Amino acid sequence: MTKDECKQVVLDIIADIAPDEDLSNVKPDVRLRDQLQLDSMDFLDIVMELRKRHGIEVPEAEYMQLASLDSCAEYLTPKFNALAAKG
Amino acid sequence: MNSSSRYDVAIIGAGMSGLAAGIRLAHFGKRVCIFERHNAVGGLNGFYSTDGRKFDVGLHAMTNFVRPGVKGTPLVKLLRQLRIDRDEFALCEQKQSRVAFGPRGQTSLRFTNDFAVFESEVARVFPAQIDGFRALVAAIRTYDDVALDAAPESARAIVRRHVTDPLLEDMLFCPVMYYGSASEHDMEFGQFVIMFKALFLEGFARPFDGVRVILRVLLEKYRTAGGERRMKCGVRRIVAQAGRAHVLILDDGTEIVADHIISSIGLPETEKLIAPGETAAVDVSVAAEPTAAASAPGAHSFVETITILDRQPAALGWGDDTIVFFNDSSRFDYACPRDWVDVRSGVICFPNNFDFGPDRALPEGIFRVTCLAKPAPWFAAAEADYRSAKAAWFSDVARSARRFLPPVADADLAAATIATDMFTPRTIARYTGHVNGAIYGAPRKIRDGRTALANLYLCGTDQGFLGIIGAMLSGISMANYHILQKG
Repeated sequence: MTKDECKQVVLDIIADIAPDEDLSNVKPDVRLRDQLQLDSMDFLDIVMELRKRHGIEVPEAEYMQLASLDSCAEYLTPKFNALAAKG
Repeated sequence: MNSSSRYDVAIIGAGMSGLAAGIRLAHFGKRVCIFERHNAVGGLNGFYSTDGRKFDVGLHAMTNFVRPGVKGTPLVKLLRQLRIDRDEFALCEQKQSRVAFGPRGQTSLRFTNDFAVFESEVARVFPAQIDGFRALVAAIRTYDDVALDAAPESARAIVRRHVTDPLLEDMLFCPVMYYGSASEHDMEFGQFVIMFKALFLEGFARPFDGVRVILRVLLEKYRTAGGERRMKCGVRRIVAQAGRAHVLILDDGTEIVADHIISSIGLPETEKLIAPGETAAVDVSVAAEPTAAASAPGAHSFVETITILDRQPAALGWGDDTIVFFNDSSRFDYACPRDWVDVRSGVICFPNNFDFGPDRALPEGIFRVTCLAKPAPWFAAAEADYRSAKAAWFSDVARSARRFLPPVADADLAAATIATDMFTPRTIARYTGHVNGAIYGAPRKIRDGRTALANLYLCGTDQGFLGIIGAMLSGISMANYHILQKG
């Protein structure tokens, strides 16, 4: 998986969690919280959808790695690839 | 024990909160089952049919309405958490509502889903109070009402810091208390804030077909997510062992094992189910817990009269009001009445007066009135006395409420009336299991949902998020906090 594909995975999840948000211009280097109205309940859902759909575990201590699309890609892409290699 | 009696989570009660908790848990792969004693879902927000008509039980209006684009409010959180598209609820906004005080409703504050209308009404009727009112609203807007660990404070005391005219104070408390207070006279400020936002800063709406639209959406989500439910299948006992809920025993004797149990049936009602384990003769860990002592149930209940008309209420001359909160006395006395019913104050609802769109109207007119009721005499009465009390109080309630509406001659109302119905504390207790028919549950709310047993949590009325939207958020919050966040 490429980093761009990983960002799309996260955007797809946000689109399902918060269909009322406009995701067409999300800046990858800006914190998601600063450009979208996402609260702690929504972030919990991103984590849980990652687990449900992709089998990716994000421990609570590492939630801050999901702050922006760029940081999501940095943090999650190796996890996706490790899972694919195992699979 | 076979697989049909073992679950990750068992939920007691298929009301709004239990269904919402179930949707969250099933969506994230938990094996979950809802056990409901009644044959219909909805609990305190259900509906019933008589003579081919469907009546909503709890719903006057759904509170917490905000228009598309407004974010961060309970309705939006709820839609996101349950993956519901707001079009599925097909909400129609109220036309206008009022708080009317005085023997003939002389002092009246109109409000709509646009808060500026209410603010300008307060400025018009109480010019000396408007600065204080605005300061109160600012305090309400910034209060963190979803904190699960807030210390309780008196709402009356905080409101009086800003509003010094007792008439305005009572006019603010009347709608807020009628739509959610389990305590008499005063309420906890956090609860006041939740309701004030829900009624005034947000607003009223309703699906054209009433509460069953919302229930249908919830049931469909729950079913699609893989949740199970068993109807006519109440929980008779929760067997405790070593500080945990060990086994559930159903009304038919079936034993159910679950890692977690969420009870939506109320705090005293849940406590009554807990019994020490059969293997451990005396379970010291449970008996020693202070919360294991029985909690007091709510003291007051309500009656509601329903009058079905052969025309729209406006055609009879009653105007466009959606909801009217009324009180005829010098002070607003929200308490368990001394008599069977206290008709001095109450709530009128015309479900017809929502904006359903052009050329769309409910087929019949509906005039509903809710008043405070004292549970004891309704429960004690023999069947014949109960029926005659119902008939007598029906006319007292309707007559009292009509003082706050444009005058309609008795003969005209009688000619337009095609059916009536009434529910009492006894009806509520029969269909919901709430002790005393206390719709708003026990005065003491358990915000974090914890009970004497480590794996048994409360949601719904006695967790303390109020109204239909609050009930659903309660189920969501408790499922998240106690189960999903823990992985």
